[in-house]
Amino acid sequence: MGVHTLTQVDCYHCGNECNETHYELDDKSFCCLGCKGVYQVLSQSGLCNYYTYNDHPGANRASVDKRFEFLDEPSIIGDLIDYADDRIVIATLYIPYMHCSSCIWLLEQLNRINPAIYYSRVDFLKKQLNVRFNKSDISLRQVVELLYDIGYEPLISLQDVVKKQITGKKDNLVKKIALAGFCFGNVMLMSFPEYLGLSGQEQTFRQFFGWLNILFSLPVVFYSGTEYFTSAWNNLRNRILNIDFPLALGIAVLFVRTLAEILTHTGSGFADTLCGLVFFLLVGKFVQRKTYYHISFERDYRSFFPVAVQVLEENQEEKRERPVPLSELKVGQRIRIRHNEIIPADAILLQGDALIDFSFVTGEAIPVSRIAGEIIYAGGRQTGGALELEVIKPVSQSYLTQLWNNEAFTRLPDNRMQTFSEKVSRYFSVALLVVALGALLFWLPTDVSRAVSAFTAVLIVACPCALALSTPFTMSAALSVFDRNFFYLKNTAVVEQLARINMLVLDKTGTITTGADTTVSLHGELTDLEKNMVYSLCGNSSHPLSRQICRMLGEHTLLLVNNYREIAGKGISATVKGHTIQIGSASFAAQPSIKLKTATEVHVVIDEVYRGTFVFKQSFRNGLKQIFSLKPQYQFCLLSGDQDYERDVLCNFFEDDNCMHFQQSPQDKLDFIKALQLKGGKVMMIGDGLNDAGALKQSDLGVAITDDVNNFSPGSDAILDGQSLSKLPEFFKFSKDSVRIIHISFLISLTYNCIGLSYAITGHLSPLIAAILMPLSTATIISFTSIATHIAAKNRRLL
Amino acid sequence: MSIIYFLIGCSILLALMFLCAFFWAQRHGQHEDLYTPSVRILLDDQPDVNSQNSDEDQFLSQ
Repeated sequence: MGVHTLTQVDCYHCGNECNETHYELDDKSFCCLGCKGVYQVLSQSGLCNYYTYNDHPGANRASVDKRFEFLDEPSIIGDLIDYADDRIVIATLYIPYMHCSSCIWLLEQLNRINPAIYYSRVDFLKKQLNVRFNKSDISLRQVVELLYDIGYEPLISLQDVVKKQITGKKDNLVKKIALAGFCFGNVMLMSFPEYLGLSGQEQTFRQFFGWLNILFSLPVVFYSGTEYFTSAWNNLRNRILNIDFPLALGIAVLFVRTLAEILTHTGSGFADTLCGLVFFLLVGKFVQRKTYYHISFERDYRSFFPVAVQVLEENQEEKRERPVPLSELKVGQRIRIRHNEIIPADAILLQGDALIDFSFVTGEAIPVSRIAGEIIYAGGRQTGGALELEVIKPVSQSYLTQLWNNEAFTRLPDNRMQTFSEKVSRYFSVALLVVALGALLFWLPTDVSRAVSAFTAVLIVACPCALALSTPFTMSAALSVFDRNFFYLKNTAVVEQLARINMLVLDKTGTITTGADTTVSLHGELTDLEKNMVYSLCGNSSHPLSRQICRMLGEHTLLLVNNYREIAGKGISATVKGHTIQIGSASFAAQPSIKLKTATEVHVVIDEVYRGTFVFKQSFRNGLKQIFSLKPQYQFCLLSGDQDYERDVLCNFFEDDNCMHFQQSPQDKLDFIKALQLKGGKVMMIGDGLNDAGALKQSDLGVAITDDVNNFSPGSDAILDGQSLSKLPEFFKFSKDSVRIIHISFLISLTYNCIGLSYAITGHLSPLIAAILMPLSTATIISFTSIATHIAAKNRRLL
Repeated sequence: MSIIYFLIGCSILLALMFLCAFFWAQRHGQHEDLYTPSVRILLDDQPDVNSQNSDEDQFLSQ
């Protein structure tokens, strides 16, 4: 008897476990030919340093095939490259697999593999590679194929092509901050002598410093601070009082009073408070805008579609394939779709065994087989061999595109909960005006100048700088905590929405079950011979369930099968070694003893005797238990596009039947969420796939769950990595903590305001007090929020 | 004390130069990618394999 020593061998390239068939080269093991191939390419070019920076840095290359013919089409290339002349081409490629320092090193050494590429630079966070190459020596297709060969396949999607044409609005925020900061520093310097006191003979300097201060505050008010004025004005016209109004008022009053005091020689003005205020506000804005741009939230169906399709052209008895850009695909054209490709437009199947995975569109996990002559809707992924189809609808009118462009799916921006600071700032503005006018009216009968100075001082001191900063700083700290835990939020406002959720709606396929994994289990005893018979029979069928049975049974020899019959949608029967064997649904096997219940059971009947059942179960994601620990506080619902095969299993999670809805169309899902919201629910929808897109947009917080964050994320507010699903309860608690931190910081900032007001109302606000109070309150708020969020995250074990 | 006018002029001029340098860097995209350069600096320019090869070449030529 042979003794097997079970030592696990990891692939040198990708780190996957090497199976019984593994490949060796230079004393290194590889799990597949693809990985070995990449190693060969690298070692030939002397690039094996790649492996020294990280262990197993490569991507597994077992089952991918390259098809970049479309990159020979000039019309497609034109949209992809940034610049081209007679010699040089510059292109930026998006490479999703980029993940470690080895990747950076290798991708910047491309010129050593092919000298025609003379420049390659990586932007790691954006996962972009900028390449410049010599047009006459290498084509874009060859560059892309080279990248593919070393394991970095660029993702070239239709969206990239379209995006190029929309030029984004250029934002000058950093410039504005730099300018405000520069002026702030200088003005502080100029104000120091004034605060320290000038002796009699130095009085001439006072005017000089004053003029310089005015000079420095001009760009701050009229360049850096303009957007506060425009925003406040726009909001006033729409009858909204938001935080920009008191801010703009504060800036204006500060500037006017500074100007007046210096010009009339009555004081030194508040130039440093003014510059500091604008500077800190802009910094807050910058922090708030900090997003995780390594993930795109704006992807839509186009990034899912291929850039080009293979169109079959027939001329003189000769069939020829030609890549055609998707936008030029016309009705009546014949297209070829290969394994793992997406059907881009509604089409009729002409040739081939279609076995289409519609999980993306409908949520149904098991691939559907279609026969010639049937219509196949766009969005399905072919999982069998190559197909020939005839396009019957242009891409723009296909089912998928229509679904995406459905008006109900486009959310109005005001369909959102108000953030806390928005709510508070309305009352704050009113209160501020009341106090300021009160001070004015109180002093007016006795002392006009004092009244004016009290009025302006109130507006200056109460200017809600700290108030405006507490939200962005808390939320961006919270955002980075979530980011570390693989929960990526679109912006800071999402944290507050997360804290307010009271209903959770889950999609089934791909959300609480994992993508493609189904486990097959055999109920009943089969002898080895019987197993062999089942294997042989299923081996003849291309039905997805048969394939899964074969995979589960493992390697067997194929026996001779006679009288093979396959009845679509029911089952298969045949004679093997003189035994009749039937495999299929309960009605097909015709055994009264079998309970007629679910369709994801396949029954085996041999010689009219019931022998057993194969049960197909989708495996659930880890962490479901933790999620359902939220149950008392949160209401749970399930929305599935799938059949209700697993209703019984799901009953363990979802309390009553009213909370589970199967066979839901995308529109049904959207309507269901709407109904929940009308009942007062703050709904969080967790889903994947296009079939959830409408519900994700309609819900108060749409979370796309995915195993690969670079994947499609249909119009969601947040992207959750599948492995972090179990942390969802902590995420909820932490978001509530963050909101509480904001509340406390509001209180702190109000305290500072009250201290300032007590000086201001009397009309004796000195610039020195304003200059101390303002930065002090800002510093307190920033340090409080960041320390408090850090502690909260530690408490929730998120750090 | 009039020298202060001159000194302040100098200091502002210097500060303006720094501001312009910042704007220049900004326009040339130096703040666009704040992560990759920090990794890039840790990667060796001359890989080991090549140096080994050149050693061998020397050995062969001797």
